[in-house]
Amino acid sequence: MNGGDLSAQGPVIPKFQEGSECIRENGQFCWGWFQSNFDSVFVPRIVEHIELTVIAVGIGLVIALVAALFAYRYGWFDTPFTIFSGFLYTIPSLALFQLLVPITGLSWTSAEIALVSYTLLILFRNILTGLRDVPDEVKEAARGMGLTSGQMLTRVELPLAMPAIMAGIRIATVTTISLTTVAAFIGAGGLGQPIFNALQGGFKTQFVASGVLAVLLALVADGALVILQRVLTPWARARVRTA
Amino acid sequence: MQTFVDALKFIADNPGLFWEKTIDHLTLSGAAVAVALVIAIPLGVWLGHIHRGSFIAINAANIGRALPSLALISIGLGILGVGFLNVLVAMVILAVPPMLTNAYVAVDGVDQDAVEAARGMGMTPLQVLLHVELPLALPLLFAGIRTSTVYVIATAALASIAGGKSLGDIILNQPTYGFAGVIGGAIAVAALAFAAEGVFALVQRAVTPRGLRDERAGRLIGPAIEGV
Repeated sequence: MNGGDLSAQGPVIPKFQEGSECIRENGQFCWGWFQSNFDSVFVPRIVEHIELTVIAVGIGLVIALVAALFAYRYGWFDTPFTIFSGFLYTIPSLALFQLLVPITGLSWTSAEIALVSYTLLILFRNILTGLRDVPDEVKEAARGMGLTSGQMLTRVELPLAMPAIMAGIRIATVTTISLTTVAAFIGAGGLGQPIFNALQGGFKTQFVASGVLAVLLALVADGALVILQRVLTPWARARVRTA
Repeated sequence: MQTFVDALKFIADNPGLFWEKTIDHLTLSGAAVAVALVIAIPLGVWLGHIHRGSFIAINAANIGRALPSLALISIGLGILGVGFLNVLVAMVILAVPPMLTNAYVAVDGVDQDAVEAARGMGMTPLQVLLHVELPLALPLLFAGIRTSTVYVIATAALASIAGGKSLGDIILNQPTYGFAGVIGGAIAVAALAFAAEGVFALVQRAVTPRGLRDERAGRLIGPAIEGV
């Protein structure tokens, strides 16, 4: 439990706080409480949230990239991997987190396994679509210039697939930020934790603050990735590919 | 593994509980999907028909995806308090974007030659919409409804923290139902999501005009994630 500890039955007054009127009446949003508790209650959770998300998307990207490259070479692999990752994607998050508990415990590992499995379908589909959309003429030209298949991949196919790949990373990141809030139910931390903690006492400010911060985090990440996408693929600006 | 066996045993021993919570779960999800349908489909179809508002329709999906379901429920807890209304509002907000975007993209993307031909045959705009655009748009439009519904079923489990009755009541109430109950509830929610996905896949196939089946079959596997 963190600084937002609330006594289970009593009035919803956070500890160590000479209750302002807003807090005593459990107002919808007590700005003063939020300001004075931001550093202790929310900052560590935001950091955890970002860590969980970045690691999940990173691992998911590696797995999906390998799978997509394999499926690009060997077409038969596409369908089974799509079905497998689609299967994982369909399991409701609360259920998947809980189902992993008997296997990997109430742990960070359980949270990451679930989060990674949700990124796979999105990343795999987008990387593979991006690679397959590379025009044949371009590949012919590259081959005509004497590029080996390894050079083709790194200098032609992957760069041209970049807008689609970035769109996938963007969707996967935002989705993961959303799902990470649920990871708190198995004790993995993140911005879901203060929501979960506030359930016992019903302290409204903590509900609203955690929720708004999670939404803001998702929107900021989305915006940052759009900018990154533009920087990485300046040539694609003309034909914007909204994900 | 023993845990899973215990969980299945728990389900078998408490069929009444699971039946009741499943009905609650479906009622809550159904209400949210119904409200979202009424809002999103007419708007999306209309915007697609007049080929306007692509910015709103496409970005609805992007913004919708950026809204964490638990965060919305949590904000609702603070503002609307515990209860059905809070949960319904949060779930409708989550269900609208995929439906809206797909309805727009589906109708907007109908082959313009077909629309021109229909117009040339003397159809009124309404006839064009009802007899040409909608049938051709139906598979993609339906894919949006399917994505939303599966999403809503997943979210309904979380709604239990805010007083929405669902299978989440079992998952989130370890003191009452024990760990076997928690896992049993999780299995039930997952099964429900798969059942919904399966039923929708069949219905989607049924509503796809025969001529479109082969051509579009590949696009319709799984949720519509690429923004279509």
